[in-house]
Amino acid sequence: MTDALRISALTKSFDVGKRLFGPSKAQVRAVQPLTLTVAENETLGIVGESGCGKSTLARMLVGLLPPTSGTIEIAGAALDNADPAVFGRKIQYVFQDPISSLNPRKTIRDILQAPLKHLHRMDGPARAARIREILAAVNLREEFLERYPHEFSGGQAQRIGIARALAADARILILDEPVSALDVSVQAQVLNLLADLKAEFGLTYLFISHDLAVVEAVSDRVAVLYFGSVVEIGSARQVFAAPRHPYTRLLAQSAPVVGRALKAPEGRETELPDPLNPPEGCAFRARCPRAQAICARQSPELTAVGGGVELACFNPLDVAAPDTA
Amino acid sequence: MAGYILKRLLSAIPVLLGITVIVFLIMALIPGDPATAILGSYATPENVEKLNRDLGLDKPLVQQYFIWLGNMLTGDFGTSFALNRPVLDEVLERFNATLVLAGTAFVICSVLGVAAGVVSAAQQYGLADKAITFVVLLGISIPSFFLGMMMILLFSVNLRWFPVSGMWPIYGARDIWALLDHLVLPALALAVVATGVIARLARSAMLEVLRQDFIRTARAKGVPERRVIWGHALRAAMVSIIPVLGIQAGFVLSGAVYIEMVFQWPGVGRMLVDAILKRDILLVQGGVVFVAACYVLFNIAVDVAQSLLDPRIKT
Amino acid sequence: MTAFLKLLARNRLALAGLIVMGLVAGLALVTPILPLADPDVTDTANRFKPPFSEGALLGTDHLGRDLLSRLLHGTRLSLAVGIAAAVVAATLGAAIGIIAGFYGGRTDNVIMRGVDMLMAFPYILLALAIVAALGPGLMNALIAVAAVNIPFFARNIRGITVGIAHKEFVDAARLSGMTDARIILTEVLPNVVPVIVIAMSTTIGWMILETAGLSFLGLGSQPPQADLGSMLGEARSALISNPHTSIVPGAMILIIVMAINLLGDGVRDALDPRLRSGALSRPLPATEVRRKGPVPAHDGEGLLALRDLETRFHVKDRVYKAVGGVSLSVRPGECLGIIGESGSGKSVTALSVMGLVASPPGVITGGAVYYDGQDLIGAPYSTLRRLRGEKVAYIFQDPLATLHPLYTVGDQLIEAIQVHHPVAKSEARARAIDLLKSVRIPNAESRIASYPHEMSGGMRQRVGIAMALANDPDVIIADEPTTALDVTVQAQILAVLDDLRRDRGLAIVFITHDFGVVAQLCDRVAVMYAGRIVEQGRTDEILRAPAHPYTSKLMECVPELGEGRRRLEAIPGLPPLVDRLPDGCAFAERCHRVQPDCRQGELTLEATNDSRKVRCRHPEPITRERAS
Repeated sequence: MTDALRISALTKSFDVGKRLFGPSKAQVRAVQPLTLTVAENETLGIVGESGCGKSTLARMLVGLLPPTSGTIEIAGAALDNADPAVFGRKIQYVFQDPISSLNPRKTIRDILQAPLKHLHRMDGPARAARIREILAAVNLREEFLERYPHEFSGGQAQRIGIARALAADARILILDEPVSALDVSVQAQVLNLLADLKAEFGLTYLFISHDLAVVEAVSDRVAVLYFGSVVEIGSARQVFAAPRHPYTRLLAQSAPVVGRALKAPEGRETELPDPLNPPEGCAFRARCPRAQAICARQSPELTAVGGGVELACFNPLDVAAPDTA
Repeated sequence: MAGYILKRLLSAIPVLLGITVIVFLIMALIPGDPATAILGSYATPENVEKLNRDLGLDKPLVQQYFIWLGNMLTGDFGTSFALNRPVLDEVLERFNATLVLAGTAFVICSVLGVAAGVVSAAQQYGLADKAITFVVLLGISIPSFFLGMMMILLFSVNLRWFPVSGMWPIYGARDIWALLDHLVLPALALAVVATGVIARLARSAMLEVLRQDFIRTARAKGVPERRVIWGHALRAAMVSIIPVLGIQAGFVLSGAVYIEMVFQWPGVGRMLVDAILKRDILLVQGGVVFVAACYVLFNIAVDVAQSLLDPRIKT
Repeated sequence: MTAFLKLLARNRLALAGLIVMGLVAGLALVTPILPLADPDVTDTANRFKPPFSEGALLGTDHLGRDLLSRLLHGTRLSLAVGIAAAVVAATLGAAIGIIAGFYGGRTDNVIMRGVDMLMAFPYILLALAIVAALGPGLMNALIAVAAVNIPFFARNIRGITVGIAHKEFVDAARLSGMTDARIILTEVLPNVVPVIVIAMSTTIGWMILETAGLSFLGLGSQPPQADLGSMLGEARSALISNPHTSIVPGAMILIIVMAINLLGDGVRDALDPRLRSGALSRPLPATEVRRKGPVPAHDGEGLLALRDLETRFHVKDRVYKAVGGVSLSVRPGECLGIIGESGSGKSVTALSVMGLVASPPGVITGGAVYYDGQDLIGAPYSTLRRLRGEKVAYIFQDPLATLHPLYTVGDQLIEAIQVHHPVAKSEARARAIDLLKSVRIPNAESRIASYPHEMSGGMRQRVGIAMALANDPDVIIADEPTTALDVTVQAQILAVLDDLRRDRGLAIVFITHDFGVVAQLCDRVAVMYAGRIVEQGRTDEILRAPAHPYTSKLMECVPELGEGRRRLEAIPGLPPLVDRLPDGCAFAERCHRVQPDCRQGELTLEATNDSRKVRCRHPEPITRERAS
């Protein structure tokens, strides 16, 4: 199986305190050197809390942000968005906020036509036929075509966003929190639709979310991000059923679950590290109950620990550690 | 804070240089020969050439600019040919009068405008709101010079409450009461437009703020409504009102030109208009640069006030 | 476009402005063909004739010229110059602003520094300098006025463009294969045009005033040609002896500019979507109450008891029944959960208790809220204010937006104490520090001087909780207090709330959309759908065996950790809009157990046992156990 996406040593830094000329005063690392591959027809889930760099990563993958260093390969070729008309056929993006990702002054037909026109140079009748197919695929009625985005609910708007991504006919979809703005009853509809589309068109997904349960329900593999780095990656079942990294376990235990007593899952410092003044060593050590001397000196590297799991921790939890400690 | 003020002052230097460049370039556009204009009927080719040399006008443009700039930095703004007097002396004297007029008007329009806007927003769609909205509309629609003329007609000529024009009585003591007597009408006429603009802005800023969640929080705490409006809401609204006060100060200063004409106020605006009509270029240049520089400094003061109010601004 | 005209016509003031402007513009257009005297022919024998004289309707000026004719010709000139200046300034300014805003970075920086430089001049100085250079004349005045206004437009439009350029639909357009030029033209411009039109319509009046001003100073139109400004300028010397020569042109300027401003405001109101929906109105100190029916009596149950509460939103001609008859009660030491999706009315229910629903558009139209036996709905504002924060306190969702950005958290806490208790500031301060400690904020003594933006989301929400606790209230209403927070932070906040409730015997009403949160914190729960409670009872019972089909379906929709990769249950369709509720059960359309009788008549909330109530004619079989 070839890899749909291959990311190696990718980083992104943002300037802080820009000046008109000359270098800026400081830099903030949003994404630390990051290496990942997504196999064709796979769903890789990416979980992490706000500020962990997951959206920055997604925007780099679709060429909306230039990486600071590192490489991105899409379907075997280096990312090249010099010609937007070629690039858009390879990879597409589904946005978090379904309403603001649709231009309020365009009809749904105009929105769906744009990729057909600019990426595939289709003529009028061909476009109309293709739009009908796509609408059927995302379960939207054709009468919606002449309406404007504000006339739709969040769930419908997100279907339109997905339809637009489908219209580009790209094999790889980056889904950036596609359901976090939706109510649960609608969220399930959209997640099931995404699963159907994947099976029907043989798509590859990179699914980004802060909701562990959602990620678990849709992903083949899961990568857990903390402070711009992958701390644990492996098959979805394995990572959540038996987390090895203390942060993964903290996440899993924090998610409110019916039938589990309420308790504060950590007593120590709870703030994220200051990105302007990143700590030496492991970024999680200040919150980590298992931190040791080495964690303050050295950053742990992501290493394979067997069972398809890779881990960045000097003192990981045992494989057999119960997830509800 | 001192560091922030210093930083803002330093950042004003390029702006001030930019101002001198713009003024210099605009003046360099002037068609024809200043010397010819100055000499008028005495212009003979020899006289013109001599004067051009004396004024440094035979040198390249860039060199002329730096000479002019260097002279200004040493306080030498040149000599007005029409008044036969150093430009700086004349500008300083006139600017004093403008400052009295515009400063008074600015205080009036800031206080009245903000107060009217707050009342208007708090009573939205109520009687007070409608009355204020109408007066404000009238205020921003009336030319200040026409308003000034009508005020003279009513209050000076018909009612004889105030003097018709000037800054000081022709005879009698030049004390503060005499000044106030002369100041009331022009300052009011000047303040009206800016009051309207500020009131409108303050109203919409207040309406915007009153819908914010933190106002609901204040109410949920049980904060009395008066304090919600004049404390929580106004304070937050000032963040967007203060920059407009800075801009309006420029409009008050601009409006002063008309008011000075109408009320024969011996200010810098009237001086500039006279200088333009007489083609007294050095006086125009000097006056414009001086007033613009003062305005830049004033805007730094506005920024500092803003940073004192809003802790989110990095100082 | 027709909708826009309709909106404009509905605004009576704007319509008046439009009519006056139409008349003036019409007159100006036909001026050359009207039987008027030549405006520039002097007739010194007939100077200063008063208005309504023979042959001169408005009189004559100091040179005996017909004022009516000069007025109309002057109006023509002033209008043309003002509008031309506005169009030039708007076009150039908008172009500069869009380019700076769209490309950002250094392009933006350099352009905006230049604009700032121009704005560093009081505008008239720049105009005077330009006129000084070009020489007096109407055309040069036009250039000067347009030039000094370009920076204002550029800055305004840039701000709007930056906002749009960062919208996700621009990114989407880029991924749809569009080039920058096409994105500017088809994505950005259509969203900026309304702003340009608004800016232009609200500044044309100003431009007319400015050009008139330059002419008044003698720097605009030159004799004998006259616009309204120079007519005034010439009349000034005769102001006292012959005021009519001043009043005529001055009044004309006033009329024109006022009409334009009225029209401009109307255009702004019609084009601004926020103003259009009537959203920009300030909420009253307490929600408006218009109860029609009889006030339901208190049945003595609970410290806080809602009885048939109805809250509606009146937006234009639509009525949204956000809360359609909700009855709830909560006892001391108890935590009651209200769960529902967005639009279910759960937050509006919570805010109605203390009259905090934004009004307009919110109106409480029925029911009662009893606190300690006293009806709060319809209680005078002073009573409501005394109880707010003192007896019933709130915790809100987004802790950044709900704290005042310009006061330190200490000042906000101290105020919360002092508005109800006249204690010294030092005492209030000490109490504030205690409060921060009680919600486990580290270094409370130094944190008290922090501003909200200096804290993390979790810390801010702790401050929000501390503020709610400030006066030891009996009831706390928490409106989705953890929704905006990360899961690890949410777990901590929930733990804090749970401890406080047990330590202090607080009654908590907890609004959420998350069953996991309800399960962990709440003793009882009410499930809301389309403004009504559909099921209510002990949390463990409902979670174990939901009776209402909506509750059971909703629980199945929520993915839970540990169940692996799977297909989720979904509820088909969408919740009904609360301005068009169907007959019968609001959930019938989406229900898997729907029967024909579900779509008729009023459904009541029936008690199934002493603690359980369900609003359903065909509930789930009671024996059904939910595997979890």
